[in-house]
Amino acid sequence: MMEWEKQLHQLADRLCYLKDIFPGKHEEDIALLETRLNDTRRKLETCSAEEAQAEMTSLEDLFFFMECKLEDKLTPMDKVRIVRHPHRICLRDILENVYDNYTEIGGQGEHTNDPAMVIARAYITRKRHGKVYHQPVLVMGHEKGHGEEFRNGGSAKPWGNAKAKHYMGVAETEGIPIHAYVFTPGGYPLEDYPGAAQQIARNIYEMAGLTVPLIAVFSEGGSGGAEAISLADKRLMFSHGYYSVISPEGAAAIEGHLRGGARASADLVERCARDLHLTAEDNLKFGYIDKIIQEPVLGARPYHYEFFRTIRQEVIRATDEVVLSARGLAPLRAATLRRFRDRELNLDEFSVRWDLSRKARQRLVEMRQNKFIKASHRECQNRRSIMGRLGDAWSEQWWEIYNRLIYDFYHRNRRTFSNLLEEIGSEWEMLKLRAMKPWNRLHGKTEEPAGNTEELTTLSEWEEDNHSGWAWVSPKAREDRAVSCPYSAQRGCMDMWAPDLYNEFAGVCSSCGHHFPMEYQWIMNNCFDANSLYEFNTEVEAGNPLHFPGFDEKIAEAKRKTGLKSGCITFEARLDGVQVVVAILVGSFRGGSVGVAEGSKFVAAADRARRKRYPFIVYCHGTAGIRIQEGTHGVIQMPRCTVAVRRYIESGGLYLVLYDTKSYGGPVASFLGCAFYQFAIRSSDIGFAGPGVIKNTTGIDIPPDHHNCYKALSRGHIQGVWDRRDVRANLRQALETMGGRNLYYR
Amino acid sequence: MRDIAEVMEELKAAPYTEREVCAPHTGVIRFADVKEGDRVSGFTGTWKEIPGTHIATITREKNPRKVLASERGVLQKLYRELDGSFVEAGTPLGVIRHYLTRQEVVSKLLKESLYAFCAPERAKYYFVPDVDKKVKILGCRTVSIHDGMELFIVSRMKREVPLCYSGPAGIIYDVYFDQTKNVDSGSPLIVVCPPEQQSAVEDVVARVQSEWNEGE
Repeated sequence: MMEWEKQLHQLADRLCYLKDIFPGKHEEDIALLETRLNDTRRKLETCSAEEAQAEMTSLEDLFFFMECKLEDKLTPMDKVRIVRHPHRICLRDILENVYDNYTEIGGQGEHTNDPAMVIARAYITRKRHGKVYHQPVLVMGHEKGHGEEFRNGGSAKPWGNAKAKHYMGVAETEGIPIHAYVFTPGGYPLEDYPGAAQQIARNIYEMAGLTVPLIAVFSEGGSGGAEAISLADKRLMFSHGYYSVISPEGAAAIEGHLRGGARASADLVERCARDLHLTAEDNLKFGYIDKIIQEPVLGARPYHYEFFRTIRQEVIRATDEVVLSARGLAPLRAATLRRFRDRELNLDEFSVRWDLSRKARQRLVEMRQNKFIKASHRECQNRRSIMGRLGDAWSEQWWEIYNRLIYDFYHRNRRTFSNLLEEIGSEWEMLKLRAMKPWNRLHGKTEEPAGNTEELTTLSEWEEDNHSGWAWVSPKAREDRAVSCPYSAQRGCMDMWAPDLYNEFAGVCSSCGHHFPMEYQWIMNNCFDANSLYEFNTEVEAGNPLHFPGFDEKIAEAKRKTGLKSGCITFEARLDGVQVVVAILVGSFRGGSVGVAEGSKFVAAADRARRKRYPFIVYCHGTAGIRIQEGTHGVIQMPRCTVAVRRYIESGGLYLVLYDTKSYGGPVASFLGCAFYQFAIRSSDIGFAGPGVIKNTTGIDIPPDHHNCYKALSRGHIQGVWDRRDVRANLRQALETMGGRNLYYR
Repeated sequence: MRDIAEVMEELKAAPYTEREVCAPHTGVIRFADVKEGDRVSGFTGTWKEIPGTHIATITREKNPRKVLASERGVLQKLYRELDGSFVEAGTPLGVIRHYLTRQEVVSKLLKESLYAFCAPERAKYYFVPDVDKKVKILGCRTVSIHDGMELFIVSRMKREVPLCYSGPAGIIYDVYFDQTKNVDSGSPLIVVCPPEQQSAVEDVVARVQSEWNEGE
């Protein structure tokens, strides 16, 4: 009996695992297994060794058969449960079994600033011509630790992500590839320095220009937390993993309009998991991952040693492919890559150097950036005509040529040109004067003194300032009613008359300075020069790329209500004569959430600003985060837009973000939060997760002013808080004093 | 300082406080779905961020504003006859009777019958060595103090100065500061009790802690 005990124990574990990942489902199959297991246990006490052997073999076969049967019936939510199970392989298992040697460098066990983020230096041993090579690699990732409490479920805190960013820099200095393993349900929503959103944004920005190969492997890719280490050249994904904008439970809470931590029904959660399209197959189809690593039946567990070998082969193959695609001559690259795609090739017996020349590094970054810029391109609904698009393409080329001529050629040689023109002009004036001299003498024409005599001899009058009102006034100013300041009890503010408050006072409490939320049109029309706005990309429309049930009606309703086609408005404008490109995230359009359309418009605006060498201003009227109904199409906008921003900044532009009302989630944790210059309008709130989410996920009560812009200023997230009435002047000041090297308007 | 027995009698006679809910400004009153005898709660939460029970809505110039209960208790009176009428600022709309908790009774008793000596500035406070030794070995109630006695050392950013007690003579009934932490200006450092009242105070406080019947 003793010799079978271990096997029986393992089968009992497998049975428990089945019960965990199929709660309340396939009960008959599981009950059958349980009965057979108990029967076998009883029989083994009395039967002979041969009979016991036969019984055990038959039981194991039955288990395997059932597992295979259940594997075929896996739903997306079952996969989520597999990924979250404490028996799931974790990063330390991978370090132990995939790499030949490793040293943890980001702390040890719980003795680190964030045990949920593990960093290690490792090497992979490969052979070439009988010679052994140790290829160093930096391994980083989230550690769930088979349920160890201090690991926080793999939910990295801001300082854990900061640690990851620091070691990315180390890898870049040492020129070694990075393997990032994503095992996170999401970022830990803490606003303490450096701030969850801010740090994720910094990480994404860093990776957008990292000059070493970066391979990401997804097991559990929970939104922003996953993006913090996964802007990679190759993205692999375990077949039973998930990559999603939000957890199915979170999506169910939103869809079911649940508040105060109320739990959604299992059916609704299951439905949301299906509608979010979060599985590896879905993400491969969308193009957000490059390859699926097939797991054993019902998910990989630490005793699946063959699976670790598969991971090893796949990460080596991915790193080799990335290196080879960036290195050497183009025709040779293609031939070598073809050889590497041969699945039978044992990569341990074949070595490729992983170091890259300076040029190859540049090519690598460019390829990575192009890959993310193009992501979700197919999903974008652009109703622009073919002719219009051709015109745009021509216009882009024209601006490229024009700017090269003006800025790269003319401005560099401006002094020579201007001296030449000045000399030619002087000569011409002299010639003209000589030629006209006899004629002037004949008519006795004398030169008039400069200036009007009357103007010089009479007193000037005080110029009346007619600009007492604003160019655009909120419709709320037409209501004949009084409005109370929300802080009237604490600060003793008097009630204000709506026509005063929303017109002359610009939505600012005259007593305490509290800023009431205003429409996006206020900044759009009052901060830029009159009649200088030219909107572009108006044909891009928000849609429902995942065909999320009921969302078509909701998006149509948002379009009808706001009169907009998407939650992002992009336009060119002038600010005191300075040409700028502006993008507005409209808070009233589906809460300012960002999806494919908004991301595409943002990328196009950043590109336009880059081509035209204009400053790029983003006014975030409000955003609730990434649009969950678009799933990974939405979440991919985080790295995509950040890459666009990095390209723009590195080409010498000034990127400036201005927050208003409430800004949370993915956009703040990526393309907004990565800006070097971020400002907020008074009374706005900025953060990663809202108060309800923080309470639900961390159990921590937060003060009501936790997300206030002044707190963000104290934390170093933003650089200043502006009064709404001073936005125009402050923007002008910012244009004068901040920015990149290509600000030719100065 | 008053006699504790006298204060106790007063509290027994009226073991509650009553607070009027008044109109914050002029306007038309509409009462919410509450009635006399209902329990109401004031602002709650760690930061008092959860609003109290909605009692009425006052509308002035088309601006509806909620009138909320300011403390926990029972709605003793509600002037329903004002519903729909225009009222002046300060017009009583109802009365909330708040029954005192044990903690509040003890606090009120000690406040009325003892003398609190407060911190003059934000700093760390220590007893002078002699007193400190006595407090640690025998307890604070063995220390008699009088006006002008050098009792504390005030320590702020490595600057230490003596502080004399000023107030009525008596024994130190309780100590409210921790030597390792800063005390805010105006916070009590010690409470002083006349020696003849010490046993009476201890007795009354013990009785309140064990026997006081909270009204709600």
